[in-house]
Amino acid sequence: MKRQRKAVALISGGLDSMLAAKLVKEQGVEVEGINFFTGFCVEGHTQAIRHSKRDKIKRNNALWAAEQIGIKLHIVEVIEEYKDIVINPKHGYGANLNPCLDCKGFMVAKALEWMHQHDFDFIVTGEVIGQRPMSQRAETMPIIAKESGADDRLVRPLSAKLLPPTLPETEGWIDREKLRSLSGRSRKPQIAMAKDYGYLDFAQPAGGCCFLTDEKYADKLRDLWQARGDRDYEFDDIMLLKIGRHLRPKPHFKMIISRDAGETRFLHGYRKQFISLYPTSHKGPLCLIDGAIKAEDLPLASSIVARYSQGRDAEEVTINIRFPNLHEQELNISPLSPKEVQRDWIL
Amino acid sequence: MEELDTRHLLCPMPVIKLQKRMELLTPTDRIRVRATDPGVLHDIPAWCRIHGHQVMNVVELEEEILIDVEYGGADK
Ligand code: SF4
Repeated sequence: MKRQRKAVALISGGLDSMLAAKLVKEQGVEVEGINFFTGFCVEGHTQAIRHSKRDKIKRNNALWAAEQIGIKLHIVEVIEEYKDIVINPKHGYGANLNPCLDCKGFMVAKALEWMHQHDFDFIVTGEVIGQRPMSQRAETMPIIAKESGADDRLVRPLSAKLLPPTLPETEGWIDREKLRSLSGRSRKPQIAMAKDYGYLDFAQPAGGCCFLTDEKYADKLRDLWQARGDRDYEFDDIMLLKIGRHLRPKPHFKMIISRDAGETRFLHGYRKQFISLYPTSHKGPLCLIDGAIKAEDLPLASSIVARYSQGRDAEEVTINIRFPNLHEQELNISPLSPKEVQRDWIL
Repeated sequence: MEELDTRHLLCPMPVIKLQKRMELLTPTDRIRVRATDPGVLHDIPAWCRIHGHQVMNVVELEEEILIDVEYGGADK
């Protein structure tokens, strides 16, 4: 009896990976999806923090895509291992701090590990030749296959006919003729395929699939590395870079100031780890201090928090300063005027 | 009922934690997920649907969300 072949498909939540998995599944292969959570993924619900209304919550597109195709999805956390990819990418960065080529190789290598552990036969990705300037070029396709160790067990169904046949094709596990020959940046063929399959509500992320492609986010990460004199990060660091206003009034400390009730609630969870400031005389934000603030800097930090509170036009605002050891103090301070908040403080 | 505390974690971490814990359960076992990220209202039911588990109850409190999940047996 012929053995049922199994493929693990990298599912990002975007349309290409969804179509690639579908093309293989409809050939009778048993497909399961895998999605890696690096900590930088746009797929998280960070945006939900800012919406107090629960009906505005965004879905997780990877889960949505898996459900549409009718496959299981395993979400795997790779935060620690991924650090090395972000900090020391062998192939360098794209437009911002996105190490796309190393990232792709890493994810395929992780999928390969999973494939072996679960006795699957091959890996499927949604890569399209020429789709992305850094990681999806004709020259990079073999690099990813080789460096990940997946070699000819890596199938890119959307561009397969333009690439050398892979093991699943030569062994007849899948029919090469039913795969596609897409290339280039046009999205039209994918959109037409999605329509044929009835996938109308698919996600179309503007940038890449992660925050590392975002210029502002990358600037904040660079600032963090520079201020600490070390290109490293913890999970909390990269989460906090996604939230609030970030100001660095002096090189040795940074202020993270919430912009709405949702962010205030979220930052509250960090008060045991950071010095925090909030106004008690007026409504206003919660601010966390990252770095080694000195006692003589507290008036400046307080006047900045006051500036973002509802007491911004008042003579004086009372700011509560709480230390991680639970010691508290209060300062009455005049809010800074908008002009006094220097542009180069804002990250 | 067993509890899984995912409060203060942002999605998809609650789903990842639930997925790991479910590997230790057997059909008809139940687990209560406690969470603060409203994203779980979408993600946990979606994850359960694709893995054949059942969401038995969802309670939205002021400060947290409780979701009771029953192991559906499709994975074992
Ligand atoms: S955009 Fe981010 S997640 Fe996507 S390949 Fe590049 S580095 Fe990796």
